[in-house]
Amino acid sequence: MPLAMKQVAPGIFVHQGVHGEVTAENHGGIANIGFIVGAEAVAVIDSGGSAIEGQRLRAAVRAITDLPIRYVINTHVHPDHIFGNAAFVDDAPAFVGHAKLAGALTARGPFYLENLIERLGDAAAGTRIILPAQGVGERREIDLGGRVLRLAAHPTAHTDNDLSVFDVRTSTLWLSDLLFMDRIPAIDGSLKGWLEVIAALRQVNAARVIPGHGPVSADWPGALDAQERYLRTLLDEIRTLLAEGGTMEQAVETVGRSERGKWLLFDDYHARNIVTAFTELEWE
Amino acid sequence: MPRLLTPLLTRITLDPGLRSERRRAPMMQVRSILFLAILAIAPGFGGGEARAASDNLAIWPDIKAALFEGREIHDGAGLLQLEAPVRAYDAAIVPITVVAEIPQTAERYIRSVHLIIDENPAPVAGVFHFTPDSGSASFSTRVRVNAYTNIRAIAETSDGELYMATRFVKAAGGCSAPALKDAESAMANIGKMKLKQTDDVVLQEVNQAQILISHPNYSGMQFDQITRTYIPAHFVQKIRVSYGDRTIMTVDADISLSENPSVHFHYLPEAAGAITVEVKDSEGMTYDRSWPMTPAPAS
Repeated sequence: MPLAMKQVAPGIFVHQGVHGEVTAENHGGIANIGFIVGAEAVAVIDSGGSAIEGQRLRAAVRAITDLPIRYVINTHVHPDHIFGNAAFVDDAPAFVGHAKLAGALTARGPFYLENLIERLGDAAAGTRIILPAQGVGERREIDLGGRVLRLAAHPTAHTDNDLSVFDVRTSTLWLSDLLFMDRIPAIDGSLKGWLEVIAALRQVNAARVIPGHGPVSADWPGALDAQERYLRTLLDEIRTLLAEGGTMEQAVETVGRSERGKWLLFDDYHARNIVTAFTELEWE
Repeated sequence: MPRLLTPLLTRITLDPGLRSERRRAPMMQVRSILFLAILAIAPGFGGGEARAASDNLAIWPDIKAALFEGREIHDGAGLLQLEAPVRAYDAAIVPITVVAEIPQTAERYIRSVHLIIDENPAPVAGVFHFTPDSGSASFSTRVRVNAYTNIRAIAETSDGELYMATRFVKAAGGCSAPALKDAESAMANIGKMKLKQTDDVVLQEVNQAQILISHPNYSGMQFDQITRTYIPAHFVQKIRVSYGDRTIMTVDADISLSENPSVHFHYLPEAAGAITVEVKDSEGMTYDRSWPMTPAPAS
């Protein structure tokens, strides 16, 4: 059964992930994923959290167009974005990611896959690690036929291998997990780096943005505000605590409490974000 | 797991000094046994739900017998407390604090604290040695936790008695979890240290400071698919903190300490001096650094 898609701009289709943990029922489908259709080809942007979800995404592509799927773009290493890759292997697309994606995926992939199999059981069937054949060092353009996508590799932010996609025709900025909305952001790279990337992204002139979690499309650049506020709150409050000699345990108890109630899954990820940020900032 | 236990514990009890060159050969041999054992069990670990807590019961008697051979272990109430989160936020970085409830006097003091994580492949996370110059044997560090487990702090006092405090911690996958930062930067910064003391240095009183050591502390259980091998264990094995010419704390550490090891410790300075930290890792690499500690002017 094809995934339900929304057309957020002409030729841009996005499926909204559920706000929850990865389960057998949701096939790992917790992230926003989708595709862009040009005159000659299709680019899939993130393939989903399992082979099954990838197959359903592929069915959604085929329900709309018969054009070849020439690219599968992986926006970063996290399993909810790339574990659908196997569903597209027969299309022989170019798997494209950040230049550091291959390294990150080789290091983490087996761990993620084992975890997925434990959570999904039979529903993980067919899921496997597919490394990007093409790495983007800084910038790259791909042409889907009268439709140019500009890929940008970012310095360490959400992860150390974040890639964004800009559709020139509709001025749509596909940020994936560089932007979380509604669901609490997860820091798996660098807190300071992410804030720097946000500042740089604000210079981009776009009509809309597609976040990795949250609505399938949002206003630009206002959509960045809540996430930036959350990250800056962590930065400021942890720095203050560190200056006073505070410990990691104190940080977990006190930092960012004003953000509680403003994010889904806050209690599941906030403490971990603090630990990650604390171990980064204590070296300052 | 029990297969692994004996060689590891043997290594730690055999080799308290770790400095003598002639101990090197047997140590390497034991390490390779340990490493093979880790390889054998590694596929069963990582990111999974923990095994039943009842397993804990089976493991502790083995650890106890290997480390303390039939000695009585008293309830630690009144002597030490162990603080740990009930559920870890990040299984690779679980903060642990041991609070010593007696002062370090020459007459009676806490000589060492074994920090033990029952369910970890290497259960002894570290043995922390103290002296009267430590002022207090309280310390904090961060550990990897591989499965739901009891964590134990067992203090040995200078009169040779043992006291234990225990906590149960829910966490899984901390030993085989991939490192957050890339290997390149971890190796580039290896051995870098930072000493933090927020409060003024006060002579004749117990001061608290923290030592941070940049080190990937590879557990030997993290897989590298590029080379199709496990990243070899490479970890901080010895930390010695001294003030002037007096030893404040010595740690015999193992793979259960988190990457970039951190230890909060105490010291009792008699006069102006410097804190020196010497670190040795399992590859025999050594790092050291000194920080002059300037006492606050008397008010």
